[in-house]
Amino acid sequence: MAQSQRVPVLAMKGITKQFPGVLANDRVDFTLEQGEIHALLGENGAGKSTLMKILYGLYGADSGTISVRGQEALIREPNDALRLGIGMVHQHFMLVQQFTVAENLVLGSEPRRRGIFLDMNAAVAKVKEVSEQYGLAIDPNARITDISVGMQQRVEILKALLRGADILILDEPTAVLTPQEVSELFAIMRNLQARGKSIVFITHKLKEVMAISERVTVVRRGRVVGSLDTSSTSVDELARLMVGRDVELVVEKGPAHPGEEILVVDDLNVLDARRLPAVRGVSLSVRGGEILGIAGVDGNGQTQLVEAITGMRRCASGRVMLAGKDITNSEPRRLFESGVVHIPADRQRHGLILDFSIAENMVLQTYYRPPFSVKGRLNWEVIRSEARRLIEEFDIRTPGEDVPAGSLSGGNQQKVIVARELSRQPELVIAAQPTRGLDVGAIEFVHGRLVEARDAGKAVLLVSLELDEILALADRIAVMYEGEVVGVLSRDEATEELLGLMMAGAARGSDPDASEVATG
Amino acid sequence: MSRPRNGGLWQELRVPAAAVIIGLIIGAVFMAMTGANPLTAYGALLSGCFGKPVNISETLVYINPLIFTGLSIAVAYRAGLFNIGAEGQMIVGMVAAAVVGYAGTGLPRAIHLPLTILSGALAGAIWAAVPGYLKARLGVHEVVNSIMMNYIALYLSHYLVNGPIKDPQVIAPYSREIADSAKLFRFFGGFRSEFRVNTGILIAVAAALLVYYVLYKTTTGYEIRAVGANADAARYAGINVPKAMAVSMLLAGSMAGLAGAVQVCGIQYKFLDLFAFEGFGLDGIAVALVGKINPFGVVGAASLFGILSRGAQMMQGIAHVPKQVAGIVQAAIVFMIAAEGLVEGWLSIPGLSLKKAGKAQKEDA
Repeated sequence: MAQSQRVPVLAMKGITKQFPGVLANDRVDFTLEQGEIHALLGENGAGKSTLMKILYGLYGADSGTISVRGQEALIREPNDALRLGIGMVHQHFMLVQQFTVAENLVLGSEPRRRGIFLDMNAAVAKVKEVSEQYGLAIDPNARITDISVGMQQRVEILKALLRGADILILDEPTAVLTPQEVSELFAIMRNLQARGKSIVFITHKLKEVMAISERVTVVRRGRVVGSLDTSSTSVDELARLMVGRDVELVVEKGPAHPGEEILVVDDLNVLDARRLPAVRGVSLSVRGGEILGIAGVDGNGQTQLVEAITGMRRCASGRVMLAGKDITNSEPRRLFESGVVHIPADRQRHGLILDFSIAENMVLQTYYRPPFSVKGRLNWEVIRSEARRLIEEFDIRTPGEDVPAGSLSGGNQQKVIVARELSRQPELVIAAQPTRGLDVGAIEFVHGRLVEARDAGKAVLLVSLELDEILALADRIAVMYEGEVVGVLSRDEATEELLGLMMAGAARGSDPDASEVATG
Repeated sequence: MSRPRNGGLWQELRVPAAAVIIGLIIGAVFMAMTGANPLTAYGALLSGCFGKPVNISETLVYINPLIFTGLSIAVAYRAGLFNIGAEGQMIVGMVAAAVVGYAGTGLPRAIHLPLTILSGALAGAIWAAVPGYLKARLGVHEVVNSIMMNYIALYLSHYLVNGPIKDPQVIAPYSREIADSAKLFRFFGGFRSEFRVNTGILIAVAAALLVYYVLYKTTTGYEIRAVGANADAARYAGINVPKAMAVSMLLAGSMAGLAGAVQVCGIQYKFLDLFAFEGFGLDGIAVALVGKINPFGVVGAASLFGILSRGAQMMQGIAHVPKQVAGIVQAAIVFMIAAEGLVEGWLSIPGLSLKKAGKAQKEDA
């Protein structure tokens, strides 16, 4: 950047923050130039969110200074930050679901008529004006519950802008977005940049850093390990800085050795919660020793397909067979007993009981069987020692097995689920979005385990919204569009372009049966 | 609840302890406003509860049913259900015990007493099964149904004690006195002893141990807790969610039913017509919440509520404090517990150290 002579819009120096047992920030320096998009990169728990929460006044630093536009600033609470023009968009949105966009945006500073009446027309007009100014395209009268996550995020961004922010902190904004929404967000960010806003972009996704930022600061274990111009670095270098060792960004895997058909889905139809068809006439098969990836844009029936196979939603018609046995509409417990394991897409809603300890979570499906219980009596010693074994084997970072699952980081929560599911000697592994929200190190781990399961002869059904993940892992790829499988490709035939077209419903793959023969 | 369990007992209890102290202070303010001397009043409360052996006995008599109803609410709450129906379940427990206690006259004690007690538990369980079934099978909200079941129990008992089970020898609407073989022993003296505390208190403590054992040591308890903490995850894991809910309601109902049976077999020896709800079931909600939905916490909270109820009478009698003011103290404490975040916030104010609060609590008790 050529502005090195100018005063940075933001300079944090020597920021240290100690939490009980963790040094979250250790003498961190961070500078943000006027008008740049600066990526703050690090694994989960590296301290990047802590640093930004200090900047936004949510935490107090133990030591260190913050200067805004050359002036030393004391930021004790978010209102101080807002006064200095610093706005933050949190990972978890803070919106009133039942309110409209405009109502949310004016919350706390409602325009009034005659002192007491809420002037909603003024609010709507103001929202329209600002949203058009930044090219955000939001309907001020839509209710939050009715709009997509990507739109809700725009509301949050707009909220910060309306409060006069010109330094914007975006805390992992892409974690909740589909690939299309990510590119829309990037367009918005460039637009904001063109209007002179400076943006801190927190992420752990390397491709995004390369795609959008001018500079990148890498944090590892609370320390800054590098501050680089994005144009002069590479994905590999960033990964090494972030994790502290060389990382296999490409999954090492040999050729598949497909065996018998384990899972056969035949002309399956499933309705969604509103009783509309969500899965329409889907037929698939997964052999032992192969990974079948299901690609598709979110909301094209993948969720309902997985729910139907795993017994969480009834099939309207069609059949599901496991190694020759009919398991259509079986109870989850029977499925687990016959060797189906399921890494669910929503780990906090389905995968874990956050209030339960890790040990309790490890036996969620098996607690009623020996050795974990005998005649209805739980054997805590066995349960806890099994948990300790899995914590060790799967490298789960936790103070112990009695800690509530909810206190772990997202990556470690996912490791608990992966450990529990893969340790149960499955025939069929169903992994739905197994790496959503995880950092590079944890993704590498989960991918390695899935390939290991494949190589041990298990059938693996992988559902992912991340095309990269599908391309990295799958031996065959089925694409879902509007509830149908529009094609099954072998890995060799699949290119990002072709898959993209199929996911958008613009192309059909070769005949599914033919491609199965080709790979079989 | 969402609090990590490994924080130690003090971590669990510091907020309730501080809430009690704040509640007592608020009560003192109200007493001062009504012209009473708070110190005299709290002195009367303490001496009324503990001053003489008979006072201690009476305090335990108050505590006894609250342990059962507190457990009843707690065990349902663990499955994510709100058992407002403990009141009615306790009433049917009393009626059943009064009927079996009289009808079984002539049976040997070793059979008659357990039979009477268990009939109360069974009646309570049946009463809870109705809202439990409706919730588990049809998803009907348990709160409305269990409130209605309370009214049905109240008026049904009213009808029975004025007709079919009324003692014809007396004018008042009482049931016949149960046989001695169905009465719980009083610790000091016979069945007419003024020390009314009886072996029912041991049954209550045993019930707390049983509930603890079921919840934390058995697969059934694991299922109940899993369903209460995250029903979606329980379903994903193959746990039968409706069954776990139903089991917890049956257990809850039997606890409330035991409250009624022990009241009849240990204190009243007959069913006395109720003109309104006695409030043990509703107080049980507060007891369960103050006790953090933990069986042992419930025993502690029931003791606190028993002391306050008994103490209320004593403050009235000795220090001439309106009984209602004791109600205010009680309400203030529950209020403070409910406003957990508020109290926690106060506790984290530097200089207002937790240890001080702990000491103050000990001195108070």
